[in-house]
Amino acid sequence: MAARDQHGPQAPWRGEFRVLTKPQRKVDGAAKATGEALFTDDLALPGMLYARTLRSPHAHARIRSIDTQAARALDGVHGVITGADLPQSYGVIPWTQDETALATDRVRFVGDEVAAVAAVDERTAEAACALIEVDFEVLPARLTPEEALANPEPAIHHNERRPGNISKHVKLEFGDVDGAAAQAAQVVEGDFSFHGTTHAAIEPHCALARPDADGRLTLWSATQITHYLHRALALVLGLAPEKIRVIQPCLGGAFGGKSDPFSLEFCAAKLALITGRPVKLLWTREEVFYAHRGRHPMQMHYRTSSDGEGHLTGVDARLLIDGGAYSSFGLVTTYYSGQLLTGPYDFPSYRFDATRVFTNKPPCGPKRGHGSVQPRFAFEVQLDELAERLQLDPIELRRRNLLGENTTTVNGQRITSNGFARCLDEVERASGWRERRGRLPRGHGLGVAGSMYISGTNYPVYPNDMPQGGVQLKLDRSGLVTLFTGANDIGQGSSTVLAGIVAEELGVEPEAVRVVAADTDLCPVDLGAYSSRVTFMVGNAAIDGARKLRRQVLAALAQEWEVAEEEILLAGGRAGLFNGDRDLPMREAFVLAETRFETLGATGSYNTPTLGGDYRGGTIGASPAYSFTAHVVEVRVDCETGVIRCEKVWIAHDCGRALNPVLVAGQMEGSAYMGIAEALFEHHTINSRGLHAGPSLLDYPLATSVDTPELAALIVESIDPEGPYGAKEAGEGPLHPSLPALANAVHDALGLRLRELPFTPGRVLRALRSQAEAGS
Amino acid sequence: MLRLPPFELLRPSSLEEARSLLVEHGPGARPLAGGTDLLVNLKLGSTEAQTLVSLAAIPELCGIREEAGELVIGAMTPLAQVAASEVVRSRIPVLAQAASVVASPQLRAMGTLGGNLLLDTRCQWINQSHFWRAALGFCLKKDGSKCHVVEKGKRCVAAASNDTAPALLVLGARLVVLGAQERSMPLAELYSSDGAQHLTLAADELLVEVRVPLPEQSARSTQHSAYGKLRRRASIDFPLLGLAANLELDESKTVRAASLAAVALSAQPLSLPKVAAALLGVETSGAQLERAIVAAGALAQRRLKPLDNIPGDAWWRREMVPVLLGRTLRAALSDTGPVNGDPQ
Repeated sequence: MAARDQHGPQAPWRGEFRVLTKPQRKVDGAAKATGEALFTDDLALPGMLYARTLRSPHAHARIRSIDTQAARALDGVHGVITGADLPQSYGVIPWTQDETALATDRVRFVGDEVAAVAAVDERTAEAACALIEVDFEVLPARLTPEEALANPEPAIHHNERRPGNISKHVKLEFGDVDGAAAQAAQVVEGDFSFHGTTHAAIEPHCALARPDADGRLTLWSATQITHYLHRALALVLGLAPEKIRVIQPCLGGAFGGKSDPFSLEFCAAKLALITGRPVKLLWTREEVFYAHRGRHPMQMHYRTSSDGEGHLTGVDARLLIDGGAYSSFGLVTTYYSGQLLTGPYDFPSYRFDATRVFTNKPPCGPKRGHGSVQPRFAFEVQLDELAERLQLDPIELRRRNLLGENTTTVNGQRITSNGFARCLDEVERASGWRERRGRLPRGHGLGVAGSMYISGTNYPVYPNDMPQGGVQLKLDRSGLVTLFTGANDIGQGSSTVLAGIVAEELGVEPEAVRVVAADTDLCPVDLGAYSSRVTFMVGNAAIDGARKLRRQVLAALAQEWEVAEEEILLAGGRAGLFNGDRDLPMREAFVLAETRFETLGATGSYNTPTLGGDYRGGTIGASPAYSFTAHVVEVRVDCETGVIRCEKVWIAHDCGRALNPVLVAGQMEGSAYMGIAEALFEHHTINSRGLHAGPSLLDYPLATSVDTPELAALIVESIDPEGPYGAKEAGEGPLHPSLPALANAVHDALGLRLRELPFTPGRVLRALRSQAEAGS
Repeated sequence: MLRLPPFELLRPSSLEEARSLLVEHGPGARPLAGGTDLLVNLKLGSTEAQTLVSLAAIPELCGIREEAGELVIGAMTPLAQVAASEVVRSRIPVLAQAASVVASPQLRAMGTLGGNLLLDTRCQWINQSHFWRAALGFCLKKDGSKCHVVEKGKRCVAAASNDTAPALLVLGARLVVLGAQERSMPLAELYSSDGAQHLTLAADELLVEVRVPLPEQSARSTQHSAYGKLRRRASIDFPLLGLAANLELDESKTVRAASLAAVALSAQPLSLPKVAAALLGVETSGAQLERAIVAAGALAQRRLKPLDNIPGDAWWRREMVPVLLGRTLRAALSDTGPVNGDPQ
């Protein structure tokens, strides 16, 4: 099957890249810079109605009845729906479909969706929402996982297989962890906590649905998972998939926050079907905070064992995960919280026992570095503690435990390329680590941490043997090459990468490639922009498809010129020979190909090889390739105020081959920015009343440009044997070490171990006071 | 997007016209300056108005001029202009500093000095959407009867959050207000201690200008001032604590007069005469200074007790009182303000 073909990491034209590996402008850069790009909310259709959502004011309640009569009677109202209109449950993971578009009998957090209204304008829709009378029977709200575990009734979800408000429990053990601890020269043990953060993408969620006269439905939505949304719409609306078209317009950021199907998509669609008119539903910033799916709060206990030289012998983890009100990706989160820790260090025994618990709060889900940022924080701080115990340089400790390449982790994951050792070298060199670490004045310090992340996973969220990613290509006498792909460009630049691949393979200028993406009517299926899978998987599919067309163009030229195909070079929009003879604009080469082979088109696809450990859950977290990252963070701490100022982050990231170094560096910087901000500022928190403490961009403090450290992106390229030209992911991995490296830098600065995030000034000041008391 | 509720917008071109429109439209009318506070509160429903009387087309409300030993600043002068003004920076630097750390550059371009002085009080239980406040059961500042900060509290403790108010308090500023008659009053009299009703202006009164006495320049005395702002981020955020200091030194560098004021505590910006008195007679060139700063810090910490009204860690804010005071005083004496919470 072509999908599993290996294309090799070499450049297509005698080893020299002409487009890739060089900085390329984003295909939508000019449109975005000038305001020409159309986001979902920019779209307007004749006769369009506007919808609003009625939400629960209670953290937990049973719905006794809903009276929509007055709302329906209001002038300008065209449609009112409640849970009874959309009773089919759904969820991005087929085994945990516990969501409905609107509450059917129960609301589970303040902000849970209860009803939706379509009207001539938003104001009328909102006025109608206010007229809907809901009779709630208020139930006790569980706002922490401990509370939810201690009070199984009334259950947040009734589930006979998993009672007691448990969303998912995973316990896996590899090797003899307790034996390792019993025999270890050093055992470091401690508790850590992560507080919860959200994505805060600049574009709020928005959906626009249009019914047509033939009973078909088109939905434009700010989504990063067009394909899964397509399936969910068919399920919930009871429509055949071929009657539904899903289109993702230009997207203003996602970071994992748009990778579930959301209430507004079903509501806009249903209201459009009921009213026969286009319906748009745009959520407010506050509503985006309720949609959430952000990074899970976790309480983590780690016990790490080593021999006297610092070689790790065992890691034992216990994690309590606060899931919020629904499952979302929680099954995967629970696995990822353990499965993704087993590199870049080698240890022979490992156990994790992770429990995700439902609480009456906005649902958590996947955020950049899904499931693994929190455990990575705990573990990398613990490695620093181990180094301190052994009086070893923390980088040296990490070097003693390198996993290496072409190996298998303790939980059975296949490692191919691995540039982690070089990542450590790079941050050590660039930060002046040897000269400066441990020698800076009090309050000023350096810290290191490492990490590993997946380049896609071989676990599609619904099991199937079809390709994970596909493209379709057409080229013709105009000289234009069009690539159709289901891949979602969510700002990360996937369409730019794919255009670059096609331009490289077919020798056209990148401007002569048009990418049509994320339209289920036009594009072959791709599973979506999550798990850092697009460059790796769709990149390979694009090579696969482009090479089929390239063969036809070469065959036509070889016949015309009476030369061997190997002598022909397609580059820079021209066809010629490597020796300089012959020169033809590509358009004319395409005419020859179209004349000989008739209408030109090709498909390309990619599927993962069989991967993963031979046990239940062994494929979750199994990836065809892993990226590796090391950070050194420099901090200054104000000992009087407890304010931590992050001065600089050196980010060394092994992304395989950097197909577009500017995009790679942008992802590295953006990741480190986000990680540092999560550690110092951001806190997605629900207060004692069950209310979001500050659902606005004023109260949810993203770091501003003046709070952002200097960011140094150091690209490391370990050419991966299976990645497209050797490329791996760059969008999520580089976030992980930011948090522990920052904590370790604070230790270097002050001798303080911070194990609870976020590192607010009050928390740091209390720690400083305790340290002073202990010292006096 | 959270939309603005409907309102009528009027654009008078003179002060008299503006006032007569306010009188005509009654209590449902509000003057609109930069809108950076009012429009947000209208969206949230924490403020209601049927009519907005824009002051943007009244030229005499905007500008900075010297007049008989006073600096006169029009109420509609943008904060960015106050912060950049050469005469403000050189003669009354504490005001330039305070204006320079309000919100963000974009908001300082829109926001005005008068608007900042009249900024509504803030609290984590009020600066929220109508949906959110309804889910809470509202609070006594608007639509409710319960205080969520002080159990059984009967008076709203939402916090004054205007950076320029303490700066103008330590400068001894007066306000010119136009009602049925024009009147002038000390800035302190603008505010009441009730966070739900924190201004003493009548609904038809307009703040016209701020008059700041310019310090005398002489060889025998020098004036030193600074503003210190505590906030989580280095931009955008409202103060978690704001302190203004204004010191007059004689030729031997001894403090002859001292004035301190604070904001982001309760409904009123607070003048701190007793704390300031601890600095009188202190020789700032000697070891006495640090002892006096410590003493003033201790006094200030006893006087200023941050509540859980605005978001953030009230314990930390309280611990920061002497720290911010010390830094602000040192910045004043070395003419190096503002203090904005960067690590030292």
